[in-house]
Amino acid sequence: MAHDVLVIGGGPAGLSAALNVRARGRSVLVVSNPPEENPLWRAERVDNYIGLPGVSGGELLTAMRRHAEDAGAEFRQGKVLNAVHMGDTWYVSVDSDMENAPAVILAAGISRGKKFPGEAEFLGRGVSYCATCDGMLYRNKPVAVLGYSDSAQHEADFLAGIGCSVTYFDRPKDCVISGKDRVESVTCGGETVPVEGVFLLRPTMAPTDIFPGLAVENGHVAVDGKMATNLPGLFAAGDCTGGPLQVSKAAGEGLVAGQSAAAYAAALARKNK
Amino acid sequence: MALKHLKTAEFDAAVETAPLAMVDFWASWCGPCKMLSPLVEALAEQYDGKALVAKVNVDEEPDLAARFGVMSIPTVVFLKNGREFDRKVGVMPPDAFISVLDKNL
Repeated sequence: MAHDVLVIGGGPAGLSAALNVRARGRSVLVVSNPPEENPLWRAERVDNYIGLPGVSGGELLTAMRRHAEDAGAEFRQGKVLNAVHMGDTWYVSVDSDMENAPAVILAAGISRGKKFPGEAEFLGRGVSYCATCDGMLYRNKPVAVLGYSDSAQHEADFLAGIGCSVTYFDRPKDCVISGKDRVESVTCGGETVPVEGVFLLRPTMAPTDIFPGLAVENGHVAVDGKMATNLPGLFAAGDCTGGPLQVSKAAGEGLVAGQSAAAYAAALARKNK
Repeated sequence: MALKHLKTAEFDAAVETAPLAMVDFWASWCGPCKMLSPLVEALAEQYDGKALVAKVNVDEEPDLAARFGVMSIPTVVFLKNGREFDRKVGVMPPDAFISVLDKNL
C-alpha cells in the first residue's frame, strides 16, 4: 500500500521523523527491525537526553514508539534490501514484499563491519542478503548463514524448512567466500564449509547498497540543511549521517527530515493533481 | 511485441529468432521482482518491434533457471540470437537496462 512517506529505521531518528510527518498531516510507514534489536535498547542508562536523566534506552524507545503510534504512524517489521526510483515514486523492497512512497527517510543507523572478500564478487552468484527472497533457489542445497542479528536464526530455520542443509555461523568475524563462477565454499574462523549459497544476514544494509548512487562523505550519508540527500525525494537522519551518535541529535535530525519529506510529498501531490 | 511470458518449451525458439532479447527471471514470492515488474512492462512497450522483452517464472520453469545459473532474483539476462552477452542481478534504475538495450539495438 502506498504512503506519503516511508521511513527506514525505528530508532529515535526514524520515530521522530514519523511523528513529524504525521504532524504535517501526511501518512507514514515505518519499516524497522524489532525494537529489541536497536542498539539503544541495550543502553541501561541514558544521561544526556535533556529533561530525562537516567532514563533507560528501552524506556526511551518504547515511549518514542508509542508517541509515533498514537500520532497515527504505521509500522511494519522487516528489512529493507533495495530501493529504486521510477517516475516520482520510490519502490522499496521489504524482505520478500514491496512498499512504495514518493518520499523516503533513511534512518537505519550505521551498518557495522566491512564486506568480506568475495562478498561483492559473488553477489547474485551464491551470495544473498535475504533468505526469504532467494531461499527457494537453494532448495536441497548446502548453504551457510552468517547471522548478525537475533532474527537471523529464524531465517536459518526457514532455509532448513525448505530443504536446505544449513551451516549456521553466529556473528563470525573473519570470513572469506570462495569459488570460480559461483560460490563453492565459505571459510569463517578457520573452518571451511563447502556450500552453494552464503546468506549474510546483518541488522542493517549499507546505505549505498540500498540506494545505488547515494552520495557519501567520510563514510556517512551526505545531507544538506533540510536533511535532503543527493537523490530526489530521499532524506536521511540520525547516525547514518554521522556523529555524534546520540539520541538528541538523531531526534532533531528526524524532525527536520520528517518536515522536509512531508513538504516534498505535498508539493509532488499538488504538482500531479 | 508486447511482454512475453516464456515457457521452457518455447524459450529457445523465441530467443534464437530475436536479434536482441531481454529476459527477466522472477517469482511471485520475490519482493524486488515486484519492483522491477512495472519497468520490464514499460520496456516491453518502449522496445516493441525492436527487442524481445520476456519474463520467465523460475518456479514454473526451474530447468531454465538452472540452465542460466540464476541464483538470485530478479536476474535479467540479455541475449543476441539466443546467446547471452550480459546480465544484471538485482533491482537497478531504468537506465541500467536501457543502456544495454540501446547499445545493442
